[in-house]
Amino acid sequence: MKQYILRRILYSMVTLWLLTVIVFTAVRFTGDPALLMSDYPGVRPEDLAALRAQWGLDQPYLVQYGVFIGNLVRGNLGTSFQFNMPVLDVYLRRLPNSITLGLAAFLISVAIGIPLGIVSAVRINSRWDSVGKLLALLGLSVPGFFVALLLILLFGVSLGWLPVMGMGQGLWDVRYLIMPAFALGWFSSGSLLRLTRSSMLEVLGSEYVKLARFKGTPERVVIVKHAFRNAMLPVLTLAGLQLVNTINVAVVIEVIFSWPGIGRLMIEGLLSRDFPVVQGVALMAGAMIVGVNLLVDILYAYIDPRIRLMR
Amino acid sequence: MQTQERVRVAPLVFRIQSFSKVMGLLREAPLVPLLIIILVVLSASFADVLAPHDPEISVKNASGRPVASYLPPFWMQGGSLATPLGTDFHSRDILSRLLYGARVSLLVGVVGTLVAGALGTLLGILAGYVGGWCDQVIMRITDAWLALPTLIFAIFLASILKPSLWNIIVILALVFWTRYARVIRSQVLSLRERYFVQLAEVNGAGTLRVIWRHLLPNVLNTVMVLFSLTIGVAIIIEASLSFLGVGVPPPTPAWGSMMADGRGPLIAGKWWISVFPGLCIMLLVLATNLLGDWLRVRLDPELRNR
Amino acid sequence: MPTPLLRVSDLRTYFYGFHGQRVVKAVDHVSFTLEAGETLGLVGESGCGKTTTCASLFRLLPPGGQIVGGAIEFDGDDLLQKSPAEMQRMRGRDMAIILQDPMASLNPLFSILDQVAEPAYFHRGLRHRTLWERVRHLLEMVRIPSPEQRMHEYPHQMSGGMRQRIVGGIALAGEPQLIVADEPTTNLDVTIQAQYLNLLKELQRQTGVALLFVTHNLGIVAKMCDRVAVMYAGKIVEQGPVRELFNRPRHPYTESLLKAVPKLGSKAPLYGIPGQPPNLANLPPGCAFAPRCPAVMPRCTTEEPGEYTVAPRHTSRCWLSMQEGEASRCPAEDP
Repeated sequence: MKQYILRRILYSMVTLWLLTVIVFTAVRFTGDPALLMSDYPGVRPEDLAALRAQWGLDQPYLVQYGVFIGNLVRGNLGTSFQFNMPVLDVYLRRLPNSITLGLAAFLISVAIGIPLGIVSAVRINSRWDSVGKLLALLGLSVPGFFVALLLILLFGVSLGWLPVMGMGQGLWDVRYLIMPAFALGWFSSGSLLRLTRSSMLEVLGSEYVKLARFKGTPERVVIVKHAFRNAMLPVLTLAGLQLVNTINVAVVIEVIFSWPGIGRLMIEGLLSRDFPVVQGVALMAGAMIVGVNLLVDILYAYIDPRIRLMR
Repeated sequence: MQTQERVRVAPLVFRIQSFSKVMGLLREAPLVPLLIIILVVLSASFADVLAPHDPEISVKNASGRPVASYLPPFWMQGGSLATPLGTDFHSRDILSRLLYGARVSLLVGVVGTLVAGALGTLLGILAGYVGGWCDQVIMRITDAWLALPTLIFAIFLASILKPSLWNIIVILALVFWTRYARVIRSQVLSLRERYFVQLAEVNGAGTLRVIWRHLLPNVLNTVMVLFSLTIGVAIIIEASLSFLGVGVPPPTPAWGSMMADGRGPLIAGKWWISVFPGLCIMLLVLATNLLGDWLRVRLDPELRNR
Repeated sequence: MPTPLLRVSDLRTYFYGFHGQRVVKAVDHVSFTLEAGETLGLVGESGCGKTTTCASLFRLLPPGGQIVGGAIEFDGDDLLQKSPAEMQRMRGRDMAIILQDPMASLNPLFSILDQVAEPAYFHRGLRHRTLWERVRHLLEMVRIPSPEQRMHEYPHQMSGGMRQRIVGGIALAGEPQLIVADEPTTNLDVTIQAQYLNLLKELQRQTGVALLFVTHNLGIVAKMCDRVAVMYAGKIVEQGPVRELFNRPRHPYTESLLKAVPKLGSKAPLYGIPGQPPNLANLPPGCAFAPRCPAVMPRCTTEEPGEYTVAPRHTSRCWLSMQEGEASRCPAEDP
């Protein structure tokens, strides 16, 4: 297993590196980075010059890239002019909020998607299955931000039960958290439901489940012990990947609910033409995804004995 | 030689078969999603004729003065049939804006996905067929690209490029090609071992010829299914971008930006500005997803679990 | 005569598809008996109904399948009258099965101990130390070396032959009276096959269990079985003691099967049965083998033959056998 983990880590580093190349290339491709990074009122020529020096912008590309990587590694993602602080600091300050929201959304989608997926598969073609399939379809087709608006309309405006903006006191103020988390988890619920259902169906049709039934194992045990654990393997991988989609929709949800997270940070940066922030969030988001994927792979290695017992 | 003749004819027949297969399929397709899509396409194409008002300027009443803003839909108190679905802050007719907005969603969704599909399929075929270092390089790039969350990457690109319709299409293409590349690659990997490909190779067919005449027709099924499935996501991403203000610039009507405009009024109880475009997006994406599902079941077997 | 362990009478299992429009008669009027401790071979080509017969015994049919008639008496009890709960108790406890693919039969996530212990745990109520002892004993019986260590390992760490032996151990765990072996050696290396068959015979001798052995290989039948039933298109066309059936087959299909076995050292061209296997959804009238039968008569294409007893415990479903024996079943079709 050690070799497997080491290989995964190496692989993640390569991916990270490629990520920086992509971002770097994209920026350079479309114009002068210095101008992009200094498009704010009150900019002076000296600032432009300082920027060029700091990022090595008048050097050949390869050197520029070296400076870029060098800066990244030291945690220097540039300075935001909105907040007049290093981008990294701003990012780290807002990150916990997004993580809270993401975690809550994840929990909701797991609580809805997986049980329904299992029931759908076990009682295939029944009414439960129809409900499950419908929910999966809706999760995929109704955009998260529409759900958010509908929720606000219903619970915030018509019924007046829940507040529609902000984060409230502390991180886990449920009244403020529940609507955005639900809207955010909406899409994932659908995906997880779908995958759980098809994974369960595949496992339920396998030879070892067949044999378990021939052995006279009680049906309850067949489903929970034999089917569920095997079916969860691919679901686990997907659950980790759902994080990516959660971050996507999170941007819009955070804007709608004025939730002070990194998604909203990015939009604020975009609208204020605070480019370092936009680039910084893109890089950090990508890095986080790579990190989460790595963790999921390692977790997988522990659960599946076929990998755990490898060299 | 005889074998070469046979090999050359087969892909041509294949392509004719593919076309009539498509026509035959359309006849069997599920009715409701198809109707919805046709409806949207018609609205977009004939918006000039169908829309009661100009979507970008305020509606004027008989005396030439702008009609009230925030008029509700006609079935509610205060609404009028002249503006059946209500008006927004600038007294613009919602219905007209919906009809014109279909253009943006469709155009961006379809063209963006097409470009993404073409790019992704090409790279996927290259990676799968040529293999070796070409494969490795493309795959690593794909993985890294996938690490960038779609919307965040789109926003990032939007901050670099100037906002315009075509740039959005470019952004979508850049963001989505990876999905195609991955799937097509694995399909090509298995196709590569099949007899008719090996036969062509043995007969001296060059790489390009094999790709064009043999591989492409066979991945067509998968591409079609992928296309119908990713169009929905593309439409939602475009709507999200418009919603966030980084999509198609105003005053061009787009469903996403309409929803954004309506967000404030929504809190004050004026729901129609946001909800109608939201419903449109939902119905369109639902339709494409249902169609895609049906296509997948019909054309199987490559994409059973996506 | 004592009650046979298993008596299948006129079993009919059909598969319904396309909203009931298509009926596949997978098992059609099948009857046979199995005495305690006896080994009965079930032979036929792919798709002739052998596996469905086994599944019917356990009443675990794939979707679309239904037992529409007949009786299955196990130790005197009709299994078709039992409730689902009662059936579940019988599976693994009174009857057990060995499936064809050893790798697929074992759950990759659980240890050998876990999987072998299940029947003993659920059906015999063994726990803790006794359970562990039983698993060790079972693994010894199926000749797994160092069972105390091996039982904590996982299926992917075992070889194919070992896995199939473990599946055999699972089958024995509940102390059944009948074991159904559905082509257990087909997926094993040829060199391992003989070892496995010897093991099965030895286990049978030790435990007195009855064996229903499904295979398409006549060589295995000759080695393992006391009696054999030959199936074609969902019906048993001939059944009887192995020696007699091989020496003097009565049914043309049996004859053809025997002729088709290649002889070592002979340079004679291989004999293949002409024609195609029948489409079970669309059987021709009369005898299902008629299109390919070397001894076909006009009567065969219009009327289905009955099952005629040609010798003690030896029946044949062929018009040619009618004179030799008396009819023991009416050749009537279902209305």
